[in-house]
Amino acid sequence: MTLHLPAYPMPDDRGRYGRFGGRYVPETLIPALDELDRAYQTAKQDPAFLTELDRLLREYVNRPSPLYLAQRLTEHAGGAKIYLKREDFNYTGAHKINNCLAQALLAVRMGKKRVIAETGAGQHGVASATAAALLGLDCVVYMGAEDIRRQELNVFRMRLLGAEVREVTSGTSTLKDATNEAIRDWVTNVRDTFYILGSVVGPHPYPAMVRDFQSVIGEETKWQLQAVEGREVPDAIVACVGGGSNAIGIFAPYAYLPDGERPRLIGTEAAGEGVETGRHAASVAGGRVGVLHGSMMYLLNDDEGQIVPPHSISAGLDYPGIGPEHCLYATTGVAEYVPVTDAQALEGLQLCTRLEGIIPALESAHAIYHALQLAATMRPDQVIVVNLSGRGDKDVAEVARLLRAEQAAEVSA
Amino acid sequence: MTAVHARGVARIHAAFDRARDENRAAFIPFMTAGFPNQQDFPAVADALLAHADVMEVGIPYSDPLGDGPTVQRASEVALAGGTSTRRTLQLIADLRARHDTPIVVMTYVNPIYAVGPREFMRLAAEAGVDGLILPDLPPDQDLEIADLAAEHGMAVTFLIAPTSTPERVELVAGACTGFLYAVSVTGVTGAREGSALGEVPAMLALARQYARVPVAVGFGVKDAATARTVAQLADGVVVGSAFINAIQGGQDVGALAASIAQGCRKD
Ligand SMILES: Cc1ncc(COP(=O)(O)O)c(C=O)c1O
Repeated sequence: MTLHLPAYPMPDDRGRYGRFGGRYVPETLIPALDELDRAYQTAKQDPAFLTELDRLLREYVNRPSPLYLAQRLTEHAGGAKIYLKREDFNYTGAHKINNCLAQALLAVRMGKKRVIAETGAGQHGVASATAAALLGLDCVVYMGAEDIRRQELNVFRMRLLGAEVREVTSGTSTLKDATNEAIRDWVTNVRDTFYILGSVVGPHPYPAMVRDFQSVIGEETKWQLQAVEGREVPDAIVACVGGGSNAIGIFAPYAYLPDGERPRLIGTEAAGEGVETGRHAASVAGGRVGVLHGSMMYLLNDDEGQIVPPHSISAGLDYPGIGPEHCLYATTGVAEYVPVTDAQALEGLQLCTRLEGIIPALESAHAIYHALQLAATMRPDQVIVVNLSGRGDKDVAEVARLLRAEQAAEVSA
Repeated sequence: MTAVHARGVARIHAAFDRARDENRAAFIPFMTAGFPNQQDFPAVADALLAHADVMEVGIPYSDPLGDGPTVQRASEVALAGGTSTRRTLQLIADLRARHDTPIVVMTYVNPIYAVGPREFMRLAAEAGVDGLILPDLPPDQDLEIADLAAEHGMAVTFLIAPTSTPERVELVAGACTGFLYAVSVTGVTGAREGSALGEVPAMLALARQYARVPVAVGFGVKDAATARTVAQLADGVVVGSAFINAIQGGQDVGALAASIAQGCRKD
């Protein structure tokens, strides 16, 4: 067994990252969260659990994922070397599977036969449905009606895998509402249901547990970079942030290095049509501190505390909050969060596709766009690692629609 | 605590005492502020207040994850009609001018944080609010809110559920100053088919061991019959979704309230 789950100094014993995090949930769930926390603390020390997870990550998920030097993107930017951490090579096509398999294994350990999940882009739903199929669990996935429209292919995959996809039409019919419905299901069926949460959000211990399960991304990056560059630490790491799980997975193994030894950690938030337009999903740049889905975090909410519907071209980033550990990183300067618009993400997607033959997920395209800007300001001996959180197959229909609309607008102009 | 500071606590306890003296469980109807619209809300509230021992008014919220579809829908309608947090408190101040019945506010924590806990408490106390019910705030998450409420003369109510361990019940009961709210089922608010009240006796037995305040039961109470079952065990009965459903179905809310209030008799 080679896998170990790293121990980080955060959160504190109340599940707080500074003022962020916590457990703002109905009392019904508190005993279940305590039970989950105990089960997780035991599992993470148990060689049997770690051996099984390690085996599945290698043989089923296809880990380690390659660290790929993107030569043509590097040339295009004309500065720092750009490496892509290829989470798009994971089985089911994104980083989400790392966390889902681990949580599903935990569900089995805890004797739960039914799992539920929320999904935006559908990647977490597909990963949950996959893990449930593999481990023989019943699976219900909550998905907003709007996302069901945008991600038809993933809906079909989930159903083929035997999961029930429940369409959510309350609120804005997107990820935040799917999350509300999943939490309501959990409140109702808490005694026999395991909630597989898809990002580093939600009540404690979810943000910590999901981070630990995604840390494999950053842990691999260390030794892979050592092998090719002779050093574990790059100059910068760029990752897209919805709830923030792929970003925390690559950040956390570096985030607790002392000042001066830490790489620049940069999360790209979905700026939609622009932070100034109000049509965006940039919680740090355009939000304020509030509470949603059990956790205190930066949140898009108005001055009465009503949640402001987010907007992003990518369903996976279309979330009004950002995980509590990111909030702490943002306030302490451990990481920076930069807005990237829909149009810039589309540009990132097209550049990556044409120059490298890799179609990235629209989510990841936000990170790629910013990495290209950043690389151009850096020296050729410097190194940037971009977390390519997933592949773009799920997005091609939506991208085709958007590019056609763009062309039509150009013609008529 | 001086008498003036314990205003809400004293008023709420007096209401429970009166009900007990009359051999009843206190009847606690719930309504979302601004539902079905801002014009008609006062008449709906009046109809409920005519029978209520304590009235529960909900601040409409965009993401009420402890509530079922009925209350969520009522919130959406109220928000679309312009009922904000501040407007809710004005609506309560207007009710206060006509009624002596204690009024408690049900709110998720985000509206409190958004307005600012200190400012929120000041506004609520000014409007005549006697207490707060906080469905997404376990008491060990944030003691500041309870302390500020007390400073402003208001009571706080936290919730227990059938899943609560004895340790949790002790902690939650110890934090309540108004009444303790026992959730009858594992689940969200909403009137249910049948009466799923099987877990209530055991939970109440536990609650009685620790609570120094009255214990009310809610979630799923929908008519006089379910109210009667609960009233034999609890000090108070909370009914919400049934009234929202009644309004949507064009039924007479006052008549339903009268019948459920009758059901709250202990016999
Ligand atoms: C490919 C991909 N990247 C990123 C995300 C956003 O999730 P997170 O911010 O938790 O990494 C998603 C979510 O669906 C996704 O599918």
